Amino acid sequence: MAENKISLRGKNVLALSDFSADEINLILDTAIHMKKIIGGNNKKLPILSGKSIVTLFFEPSTRTRTSFELAGKYLGADVVNITAATSSVVKGESLRDTLYTVEAMGVDAIVMRHKAEGAAECAAKIARPVIINAGDGAHAHPSQGLLNLFTIREIKHRLQGLKVAIVGDILHSRVARSDIEGMSKMGIDIHVAGPSTLLPRFLAKDTRVTVHDNVEDALRDADAVEVLRIQTERMKGGLFPSTREYARVYGLNKERLALCKDDVILLHPGPMNKGWEISADVAYCENSFIQKEVTNGAAVRMALYKLILAEEEN
Amino acid sequence: MKILLKNGRIIDPANKIDGKMDLLAENGKIAAIGEDITVADEETQIIDATDKVILPGLIDMHVHLREPGQEAKEDFVSGGMAAVAGGFTRVATMPNTSPVVDNAALVRGLKKRAAEANLANIEIIGAVTKGQKGEELAEMGDMAAAGAAAFSDDGHFIDSAKMMLNAFSYIKPFDKIIINHEEETTLVEGGVMNEGLKSALLGVKGRPTVAEDIAIMRDILLAEYAGAKVHVAHISTAVGANFVREAKKRGVKVTAEVTPQHLTLTDDMVNLTDTATKINPPLRSKNDAEALFAALKDGTIDIIVTDHSPHANEEKDREYIYAPSGFPGLETSLAVMLTDFYHTGKLTLTELAEKMSLNPAKIFNLAGGTLSVGAAADIAVVDTELDWTARAKDFYTKCKYSPFDGKKMKGKAVLTIVGGRIVMKDGKITGGAKA
Repeated sequence: MAENKISLRGKNVLALSDFSADEINLILDTAIHMKKIIGGNNKKLPILSGKSIVTLFFEPSTRTRTSFELAGKYLGADVVNITAATSSVVKGESLRDTLYTVEAMGVDAIVMRHKAEGAAECAAKIARPVIINAGDGAHAHPSQGLLNLFTIREIKHRLQGLKVAIVGDILHSRVARSDIEGMSKMGIDIHVAGPSTLLPRFLAKDTRVTVHDNVEDALRDADAVEVLRIQTERMKGGLFPSTREYARVYGLNKERLALCKDDVILLHPGPMNKGWEISADVAYCENSFIQKEVTNGAAVRMALYKLILAEEEN
Repeated sequence: MKILLKNGRIIDPANKIDGKMDLLAENGKIAAIGEDITVADEETQIIDATDKVILPGLIDMHVHLREPGQEAKEDFVSGGMAAVAGGFTRVATMPNTSPVVDNAALVRGLKKRAAEANLANIEIIGAVTKGQKGEELAEMGDMAAAGAAAFSDDGHFIDSAKMMLNAFSYIKPFDKIIINHEEETTLVEGGVMNEGLKSALLGVKGRPTVAEDIAIMRDILLAEYAGAKVHVAHISTAVGANFVREAKKRGVKVTAEVTPQHLTLTDDMVNLTDTATKINPPLRSKNDAEALFAALKDGTIDIIVTDHSPHANEEKDREYIYAPSGFPGLETSLAVMLTDFYHTGKLTLTELAEKMSLNPAKIFNLAGGTLSVGAAADIAVVDTELDWTARAKDFYTKCKYSPFDGKKMKGKAVLTIVGGRIVMKDGKITGGAKA
């Protein structure tokens, strides 16, 4: 198979736009093996023994950081977590200086989250260790995009030709952007909907995406739906009037879920606002893979580590 | 001191000259233009200009030389060297400095600094409002008396329509021009690039074209109402250019400038690793760039400026959204215009001489812009056929960032004469404070 020739060794993971379909398939295939390891009795493999990974989070996170940390530990790497508080003005200096410090300690990879779009690209220019972007502002969250692909493929056994709806605040969502980059490469038919103030104005120009004025059209016959988190601070900016109205017009409830295929996969990057973007009954219904996805997150991140950092590929 | 340029192609749109001739400069002035000028004395420096083009020295009405207070970004010497390296003999520096140039004492001090730097002529643009805060008028009358060339709150849009109208009304009897940065503040807040598909995919806040369009329209209407002159800085939108075109037709005293970057680059090239593409107003769409060229060609847009905006390299070398906007343009401007517009047959050398020298001198009532006998000997000798590659690291400006870095150029200034002194020859600085 062509996959044998692909190597991701030493590659920065900044955005899924940098990855080919073959590379994404390789990661997803590797993640299948990794998931078996997580389910097994011995969760400490020597694949990355002697490697050190730093998670450097300038923004709070529970599940992504923990997932990256455990993924590294399962593969035998040493993982150190740094939670850096960002000051308001001197972010550039603190990022640069922090990276130099971490680099000087001889780490092999830096998993970084930062509120500035482009921070991961900037870090990759500054620092020698591999940079894995765990979210940079509204730009990219590639491992989340990969884990969505993994979950959908695991259930549907394919990606090509599926219809996926992404609903909500596309404008501020790095997950939506990583979905668009990753899913389009895998032949998924992408539909988005949300308040027009929360849809990037020129997204309709993108031939890979169908933008809908109403959420029902996006959901119709969808194989998977990703519901995005609504943030209340957007109301202050005048982008939508109230969570109540949002829930009524755009929230995913039983009636709207019924528009999708019967076996639709329901995803949400978390944490959820139940009663706003998603009703509680839908959040915990049998179509919901929101909790089940967490295991997949660790598997996908283990796959990334293995492909990028392991000495020998096989 | 005399300089005799032999056998060059002299282009001087002010006198409708385009022909092979000699030019004699004496005592800082142009002494003669004609065929086969000969001089008997030995002190005259004779320069063979065969196959070269002799233009009136280029004039750039929009540069940021960063004095006072921001000398880590640029100063009058580094900026002056960049200017003459690019064929510019006169540049006008913007007042968004630290402190803001908003009083006559600062204007006088800067003029002294310009004389000390002794490279290109440096014109001082004063602020329209105190501290460029948009709240109170700056002492524009005093600054005009001290020799300020024009007024601008460049870098900032004057939010209050009332303040803008007051400024237009007040300046009118002084016969000076207000140059406006046209981006409505609330629409561009937090924006780092053009709002388009590219900003949508990168997840960064956009600066929509409509922010510039409404700002241009507002200021055209206010200037028209006040009967004052307004000059639209670094215009970047198709709609905005059309507003200027329509206003000119009905007699509004509006002029406009455009940069080489807005004519040739688009937001397609923006990526989050290269902060050189981050400018305000931002690089727009292909449609905008084409409309801007059409407007430049038909005279709607009067002049070409660089918006030379250097920053300290460590300021530019950071996350895209936090990097300051701007890059230095003095050393690439003429070359880009020659490469992309002259060599493609879109603009003649005469048109370039108008838009890069004659028109700014006329509009702002400045010396230069012509090779008339008796005029200051401000001259750019250009080798239009010289192939070279732009290398930002080799720039004279302190800022080594440019979206034109690596661009293959055809054409360059090879000799710059300011006030009868040779200040640049074959890329080497031969005059000024450091030489």
